[in-house]
Amino acid sequence: MIADLVSQISTHEAPAQALLAQTFVGPEVNWFALSPMLTLLAGALGMMLVGSLTSTWPKGLYALVASVTAGTAGALAMVQWDDITDNGPTTLVGGAIAFDTLAMFLTITICIGVLLVSMLTDSFLRGTPNEGPEIYALYLVAAIGGIVMASANDLIVLFLGLETLSLALYVLAASNRRSLASAESGIKYFVLGGFASAFFLYGIALLYGAAGTTNITEMVTTFQSEVDLNNPNALALAGLALLIVGLGFKVAAAPFHVWTPDVYQGAPSPVTAFMASVGKAAAFAAMLRVLVTALPFFRDDWRPVIWVLAVLSLLVGSFLAVVQTDVKRMLAYSSVTHAGFLLVGVEAAGHTAGELDPGDGMSSVALYLMLYSVLVIGMIGVVTIVSRAAGNRDGDSSLDSFKGLAKRRPALALGFTVLLLAGAGVPVTSGFIAKFGVIQAAVEVESYALAVIAMVAAVVAAFMYLRIMVNMWLAPPEEGAIEADIAGTGILINLSSGLAIAASVVFTLFVGVFPSWLIDAAETVNVIAR
Amino acid sequence: MAPLTEMMMAGLVAAEDSHGGAIAFPILTMLVLVPIVGAVAVAISSKRRPEIAKLIALMTSVGVGAMSIWLLSSFEMGEAGFQFSSQHTWIEQWGISYHVGVDGISLFLVVLTGVLFPLAIVGIDPHHDEKPYLAWLLMLEAGVMGSFLSLDLFLFFIFFEIVLVPMYFLIGGWGYENRVYAATKFFLYTMFGSAFMLVGLIATAMLAREDLGRLTFDLVEIAEGANFAASTGRWLFFAFAIAFAVKVPIFPLHTWLPDAHTQAPTAGSVVLAGVMLKLGTYGFLRFGLYLFPEAAVWSRSLWLTLAVIGIIYGAIAATMQKDLKRLVAYSSVAHLGFIILGTFAFTSQAISGSVLQMVNHGVSTGALFLLVGMIYERRKTRQISELGGIQKVAPIFAAGFMIVMLSSIGVPGLNGFIGEYLILLGSFQTARWWTVVATAGVILAALYLLWAYQRVFHGEPDEDNAKFPELRVKEGLVLLPFIAAIVFTGVYPKPLLDRIEPSVDALVEHVVENSDFEHPDYGSQCGNFEADHEGEAAESHSDEPAEHDPADTNCAADKNGAHHDDDDEGEETGE
Repeated sequence: MIADLVSQISTHEAPAQALLAQTFVGPEVNWFALSPMLTLLAGALGMMLVGSLTSTWPKGLYALVASVTAGTAGALAMVQWDDITDNGPTTLVGGAIAFDTLAMFLTITICIGVLLVSMLTDSFLRGTPNEGPEIYALYLVAAIGGIVMASANDLIVLFLGLETLSLALYVLAASNRRSLASAESGIKYFVLGGFASAFFLYGIALLYGAAGTTNITEMVTTFQSEVDLNNPNALALAGLALLIVGLGFKVAAAPFHVWTPDVYQGAPSPVTAFMASVGKAAAFAAMLRVLVTALPFFRDDWRPVIWVLAVLSLLVGSFLAVVQTDVKRMLAYSSVTHAGFLLVGVEAAGHTAGELDPGDGMSSVALYLMLYSVLVIGMIGVVTIVSRAAGNRDGDSSLDSFKGLAKRRPALALGFTVLLLAGAGVPVTSGFIAKFGVIQAAVEVESYALAVIAMVAAVVAAFMYLRIMVNMWLAPPEEGAIEADIAGTGILINLSSGLAIAASVVFTLFVGVFPSWLIDAAETVNVIAR
Repeated sequence: MAPLTEMMMAGLVAAEDSHGGAIAFPILTMLVLVPIVGAVAVAISSKRRPEIAKLIALMTSVGVGAMSIWLLSSFEMGEAGFQFSSQHTWIEQWGISYHVGVDGISLFLVVLTGVLFPLAIVGIDPHHDEKPYLAWLLMLEAGVMGSFLSLDLFLFFIFFEIVLVPMYFLIGGWGYENRVYAATKFFLYTMFGSAFMLVGLIATAMLAREDLGRLTFDLVEIAEGANFAASTGRWLFFAFAIAFAVKVPIFPLHTWLPDAHTQAPTAGSVVLAGVMLKLGTYGFLRFGLYLFPEAAVWSRSLWLTLAVIGIIYGAIAATMQKDLKRLVAYSSVAHLGFIILGTFAFTSQAISGSVLQMVNHGVSTGALFLLVGMIYERRKTRQISELGGIQKVAPIFAAGFMIVMLSSIGVPGLNGFIGEYLILLGSFQTARWWTVVATAGVILAALYLLWAYQRVFHGEPDEDNAKFPELRVKEGLVLLPFIAAIVFTGVYPKPLLDRIEPSVDALVEHVVENSDFEHPDYGSQCGNFEADHEGEAAESHSDEPAEHDPADTNCAADKNGAHHDDDDEGEETGE
């Protein structure tokens, strides 16, 4: 990276300034192109600063500020999008950041995630010691980390993004100080996450040893010119293996998934939604950057590994989800299944990685990430509402607490049903479009076995979604539950969470029927900045 | 008066225009859309006034029924291709379009769907939570209609899969004691089949891209333009066939059916037996045979064998049942075996018989489930052993049951006979030994149904059965259309066959052209029959064509002649 900066200086600056080469001259920065990240950063710092200087803000203002910040960042990303489609992709900050549609697509996804999760968090935090700017600031910071991961064009930058996201998530997972489960979840995530980060960093180091650079663009050139087919580059392969371990942990792919159920269950519900949406989107973006963009040369080496990870995730996730009795754990295992589906897309991308016509793998993964993020936030949003009513603030998210939800809150039950059906991949929902895209990408490169395994796993996973639906619609509510709802002590849907869930449901159905525009957008992510 | 007449004339002319054009009014789209709108209207109607929901549901379903009848009346006879087609781009990037159309194969299934739903809505009382029940029923109607009308693989898959959701809730919400188990089993079995189909249909479109030059999921375009290698086509065919085989259901995959049928509420059983099982058999014809003729021919022994096993197994299993509804459910397995037998015989008669039998089975088994539902309403039991002597106390009810049962057995003069006869006649020519075994199924059908009838209706009623109420007027009115259809088709099936035949002929021709299937007597009906060519097939046939004009050299004309023959027989026995 340093070498890159130096070359940047020598090529871009006028010869007269070459004399100044001894003093550090920063690379040229197109500040406006970085505006989504900067907006989020300003929001986070602003909230912390102003929040610490003022007394408690009026109801809902914290969430509103966070939402508006995320919304603005998302809107700015859309503006950048137009710039990219007009002028083609490029790199920023001396080749450290990629400025392409993949980055922007995921930036928008992450911003939507932050926006919806902030809306869910509002009512969750109301009246707790955590009510304040901190949680929201952490969301925004984590989002920056995620965006950096999604748009990194240098493995060190990618690692910075990963750590920014992870550190924020560790704190968020443990943020419910009154709950033991939350503390446990935070510690577990921290220890295992730290371990995974170490793997990841060591992988980068080995790759640096093999390629002599951490910059993705230079790495591709190096491997292209110096590859020796008869003498496989052991250093690079070892680095690749370690990177896959680190990434596998972050995306919660089996067999690196074991932290997922505990952390998802123990973390405060909105944080779970955040991890499942933003966390997953960022991790998969990083995976695409590392494997498909940086190491297409080793695609025949990493593709079988991804194949195995995909199959394991699909089977482990779907079969273990079925036997759970806690809805949050179910959704955790189902997120492993979804990771499996996403890996099917990554595997498909692996067949054509680095070629001029990159196929549909990348775009199907990007599309899946956006659709799944919105979906999962809606799902966990419902769980948040129901579990809070059923038990204490930690929430009782057991399957039983959903009994008779259709009788107690029909609209909520109907919305949840739509989201669950989408999760199962039933047509006319976004979930079907997402699955269809991934399966289509796999079939296109003739990965038939993987496509069939994925679809069969989806059937098993559907059983889990059906179990929740059975409890909602076909089981009678517990005694006194309906009276409690009427009296206002049962399930309470406040405005902002209701809006977030409704938005998720409407988006799910709308994209299910009219997916064209989104597919159009997702297809452009194949063109990557180099 | 003159201007008024003129105006009326103008109106008539205008009406005729829209009639002939058929593009002016998107009738097929309306058939799908109206139930959806109705379902939404029912769902948002006031909870305090359930009669409004009922009224909306009734009006919607009757409207759809009327539209389907109108479709029937304005369907061009003698046309093999798709009519009333409309096509709009939907998801351009993936080559997916909204393409609907109807031909002779799907026409009567659409009409059956249109007519069955209002009867189910009027005739059956869900007992509780009427509003969601009606909404789900209407959603189901939209899904079934859409499946029968879609001419795009993606669109078909969407409807094929979406029908699971309303059916799941209908069985789970309004079914009997074991409903959740049955509903879940139904959902997962069918979804398991669809999993393969989704991969298969994407692969079909992807592989057809080379021949067609662009990615498209359009059924007609792929079937006419794509040229799959034999091994590829076989894999793809099996991916589709698993989904359809589960839906039909074909023998080893049938275990969801008795549970779903028995546990479903009456309306659910009626719709399930009436139209939903036909999604499988229809799928075989529309997508299996049409897209992959070579693979269908290649694997025909398998399907014929499974069909025959289904016929015999279903019949034997039905004989053993103690639960009347389960008995009817197993009889469906047997009947659908006949339909599959006819489908894979690849003769025009057999496939026409299969299409007709799909409708017949929908009518008779639908009516049987309706009647069993009425018995349950009255006696709160479906156990055959607890019933008996009902004929004494409810003779009209018994008479109605008798007619429907006889139609299901396939007694000449009623609709079941025509379908089974055509299937057996057509299959005998190309699948002789299978047909021989299958014919035994007809006898078994008589055995289990007559025996059941005897146990339920004959003898002296005990104390409980002595109070069995007679058929009510409303119930009679619901039953009447079923019986009318049973008798009409049995006596005069020509109007149906005239509409079915051309499309079936075209399909058979397509199969023969695109595979190495040797039609043993493809020419025999045209008079140039060779004695050494499949001798027994000749015998089966020779006593028939002899009766009508032997100078007929036109194949199509001869076929019509052959059907007149069937008609005659039907009339004779009917009298």
